[in-house]
Amino acid sequence: MRKTAKEINERITWQDISIGAEIIEPATSKLVNTGDWRVNMPVFKEENCRQCMLCVPYCPDSSIPVKDGKRLDFDFMHCKGCGICARVCPFDAIEMVKEEKK
Amino acid sequence: MSIRDRMSGNEAVAYAMKQVIPDVMGAFPITPSTEIPQYFSDYIANGEVDTEFVAVESEHSAMSVCMGASAAGARAVTATSSAGLAYMWELLYVVSSARLPVTMAVVNRALTGPININNDHSDSMGARDSGWIQIYAETNQEVYDNFIQGIVIAEKCRLPVMICQDGFITSHGVSNIELVEDDKVSKFVGEYAPENYLLKHENPLAVGPYGVSPYYMEVKRQQAQAMKDSMPVIKQTAEKFCEMTDRDYGFFEEYMMDDADVALVVIGSSAGTAKEAVDRLRAENKKVGMIKLRVFRPFPRIPLSRAMCKVKAVAIMDKAESFSNSGGPLFNEARNSLYDLSGKPYAINYIYGLGGRDITVEDFYDIFQDLYVIYYTDDPGDVYRYVGVRDSRFPDAVDLGRENDNDI
Repeated sequence: MRKTAKEINERITWQDISIGAEIIEPATSKLVNTGDWRVNMPVFKEENCRQCMLCVPYCPDSSIPVKDGKRLDFDFMHCKGCGICARVCPFDAIEMVKEEKK
Repeated sequence: MSIRDRMSGNEAVAYAMKQVIPDVMGAFPITPSTEIPQYFSDYIANGEVDTEFVAVESEHSAMSVCMGASAAGARAVTATSSAGLAYMWELLYVVSSARLPVTMAVVNRALTGPININNDHSDSMGARDSGWIQIYAETNQEVYDNFIQGIVIAEKCRLPVMICQDGFITSHGVSNIELVEDDKVSKFVGEYAPENYLLKHENPLAVGPYGVSPYYMEVKRQQAQAMKDSMPVIKQTAEKFCEMTDRDYGFFEEYMMDDADVALVVIGSSAGTAKEAVDRLRAENKKVGMIKLRVFRPFPRIPLSRAMCKVKAVAIMDKAESFSNSGGPLFNEARNSLYDLSGKPYAINYIYGLGGRDITVEDFYDIFQDLYVIYYTDDPGDVYRYVGVRDSRFPDAVDLGRENDNDI
């Protein structure tokens, strides 16, 4: 049986891993938490946001989800805290703060 | 009806490539394999084949082209020798671990130091642990036949294959050959139809992902299994090929082994010379035999050890040094395969033919004579020897293994 990316984890045996470790479906990075090494994090100040959408294409990690023409809060599973969004925001709607790890 | 022709080994491989209709060839010229892409380019220029030929700037790029093409879903081939193969090193492992069925014609040539363009097996023997199947040929006919079979084996096993022949000896030596008709070859190799490939738009795919330590070992174990599982595929492919051509291939060929006292194990074109020595000694009623190893990767450990057990002493011939101070690569694996068997023969090693050094019927005579010394005295002496090298201790150029300077 072909395993999906969700089923390929650190308990998989050599018999079950996909041939040549191929990943046989698209967009599987959505499943992987790559935001855990962030040092600074962006805070979305919705009251200042005019929905100009400048931050969205600037984000190198596609971590600003957009729904029905409006940007939502950050996708912290993938945001690396680079701060580009805060730098390009003309309306002071994004603030970078030091992330307190729990 | 098959087609009778005369061809060099290089032309025979290029002809086989034309008949299997690869989608992509990425290649860079290097002696003595240069003629393969050259002949193949002629076929393209003449409109005989519609392969995409990518003229790259190095062998590293040649193998990268094959890798990308194969991952994209194309049948990819290339050819190289010596330093060219060495320059592909990184990609050899990438291709095999991504399980891409690239088929490569290797025209064996010594690796430099000192620089040399002639034949030995140091290039492909160095790549023996790269996860590629390796099939060696004695003659032009064999390299042609092996290449056609190689395509099938590669694609069935999802493993890359090296089809090896001896540089200049068969690559440039012209001899009679029986070619299979185009339509029969097409039918034999079929269309390359991988289940998943990069250009399959309805099912996007990632090839060659980062394999962190929790995954790397599982991938390697799976590769090792694929190598093991390729054994029956190699056998079945040879049987199917035999049905088509009446030419019979196994993991190795046994020559006069059934009643032999002593025997040689040889890879490649030197087997022809060895057969002549066997024939002459047989005419003198000496019971000598020979095993010509065709498939070195995967190593046919069990059948080969059984074949070697038919004799009392065996000389394992290595056309490559491994500087291990314990013999060449074939010796170490062949001798290792005997370890668990009772009634195993004495096994000695000869390093021969490095950098194109000729090996003669007389050399094989001397080796057989030496094997008979062991046969009668039960004393193998030093098992790690050279033949055909000038040695001030042995003015007749035969190391009988009696001067053991190795006992430290």
